Parts: sequence; structure tokens; C-alpha cells
Amino acid sequence: MKVDVERQILAANDVLATENRARFADAGVFVLDLMASPGAGKTSTILATIDALCDRYSIAVVEGDIASKVDAEKVRAHGIPAVQINTGGACHLESAMVRRAVETLDLVALDLVIIENVGNLVCPSDFDLGENAKVMILSVPEGHDKPLKYPNIFQVSEAVILNKYDTLGVFDFDEAQFRAVVGSLNPSAPVFPLSATKGDGVQAWAEWLAARIESARGDAS
Amino acid sequence: MHELGIASGILTSAIDAAEVEDAVRINAVDVSIGVLTEVMEEALQFAWAALRSGTMAEAAVLNVTMLGASSRCTDCAHEYTHGRFDGAKCPACGSYIVELLHGRELKIDSIDID
Repeated sequence: MKVDVERQILAANDVLATENRARFADAGVFVLDLMASPGAGKTSTILATIDALCDRYSIAVVEGDIASKVDAEKVRAHGIPAVQINTGGACHLESAMVRRAVETLDLVALDLVIIENVGNLVCPSDFDLGENAKVMILSVPEGHDKPLKYPNIFQVSEAVILNKYDTLGVFDFDEAQFRAVVGSLNPSAPVFPLSATKGDGVQAWAEWLAARIESARGDAS
Repeated sequence: MHELGIASGILTSAIDAAEVEDAVRINAVDVSIGVLTEVMEEALQFAWAALRSGTMAEAAVLNVTMLGASSRCTDCAHEYTHGRFDGAKCPACGSYIVELLHGRELKIDSIDID
């Protein structure tokens, strides 16, 4: 006999993501899921964001990597609490991993938690972690054709950071084409050209994030 | 996409639903998958065949319905089908304020059990 099931296939992850989301909202903390290829500048962007916003917001970072504590150590050296998740082979973070990681954080005392996802332009875009917003970084050396090749991550992100903008003269990067394709995938996502290590353009990105944090607070009250 | 993880999710949910009905065997599982998920049906069937062994779904057929992408314009109410790159703009009025109706589904519709 046939039985209607009507259930989501990724229900296990989505149920936990919904619980995470409720928990973050109750604690009044804004959670950002930052995604990009390995080496695109996730950690550098996080450090620059911390520099721009730590006077206004209490920040912690959840680092996701297949192995090593390299990134968590960099963040801690910058004076910010960091939790390192080692996935041991999984190429993306899932909501259960994030739930465990935030056990050691005082969420109520925090304003912003940045989750640095595993370096990957494919899988992280498919998994809800319970975040307020997903943002992705594409770096100039990777090439302007990446939105054509990896459309989903550009489509699910609220904003696109174009990092290593200072290297535009070195690489054959067609910014107009890049912006046109991103616009066709996700017309409402702003593009923030910046250099995370040099600081140019970081302010505009940080102000956008601050506005998002304030907007989420406004929605909550 | 993670066809193995998806197949595993399908198997778990199907078995859960079958156990609620006191079933002894699952004959078929019907799923709907939107094309924007980029799930490859061949890879999914391969993963399904591998994972169902030794379970009550051992001989279960996985019936996959691929759903095309479609959206509705919130300005003029026009509904249209589209691909990955041409869905953001309403072809009738040019508005970018559109909502996706279909294309990202990843769900189990029904199971056939004994």
C-alpha cells in the first residue's frame, strides 16, 4: 500500500538548524556563515571584520576545517574567542557540528558569531546551520567565471565579498562580467570589493554587516 | 551535491515512516527533487542501491521526479519556468522581485509498503 510521507530529505539537518536558529535568537546573537574556496581570504576577512567592529560588538568565531587548529589560533591571537571544529573529512559544516561548537560560547554575552565554513565553493551552500545570513567571498585570482561554474553559492548568499581587489591589475579579471552574472543569479546581493589584508573597502562591508545585525535586533523586538 | 548523504536521508525517513505503519517491506520510495539542487539522478540511484542492502528497503525502487524551476513575480503575478541563470527577472514586467515556486525541492513524497 502507498503511504504519503511528505517529508524533507535533509530533515535531520534542518530540524537542528531550526533549533540553532531559535537558540541564537533567544540569546540575541547574530550568526554569519562565511563561505569561500580555500585561500580566498575567509580568515583574513574575519580578522579585518573584527578590527572594524569589535568596539561596537562582542564577537566570537567558530572555525570549520577538515584538520588543524591554524585558523582558531589566528583568531585567538587577535584577542577573540574561537572554537575550532575539525570535520575529519566532511567538506562542509552541518547544524549538528555548530550546535556542539557553540556549547562552549557564552551566547548571551555575544553580539556576533562568525562561522568560517570549510573551504569549498560547492557543499556549504546546501546546508542550513541556523545562521542569520550566509555570505560568500570570491577572490580576484580565482577568476570572474566562478559564478557561472558555481552558481548555487552565489545564489544563497546575502552578500558577495570580492577579496584581493588590490590584485586586479595582475589577473585577467573582468569585474563587469562578474557583477553581471552575480546580478543574474542574485540581484539583491551587494558586491563588496575589498582587500582584507590591506583594509581597503573593509569599512563598507563592515557597515553592511552592522546594519544587518541592527536590523535583526529590530525584527526580534 | 551529496547523493550518498541524500540517499541515506531518504532511507532513514522511509524506514521511519514504514515502521510507523508496522510494515515488513518497502517496495518503492517516491521522491521529488528540484533541478536547482543539482542532484544527479544517476549518482543518487547508485547510492540508493548501495545503501538499501540489508534493510527493509532492500528491494525498494527509488522513483525520482525531477521538478523544473519556476517562479512567480510579486509585482504582476506572472508565473514562469526558467533555468538557473534566467529566473531572477520577470519576463513579463521586468521586475526583480520574484519568488521561487519550484526547483529546490528535496523531499520524500510517499512510500509503497507491505
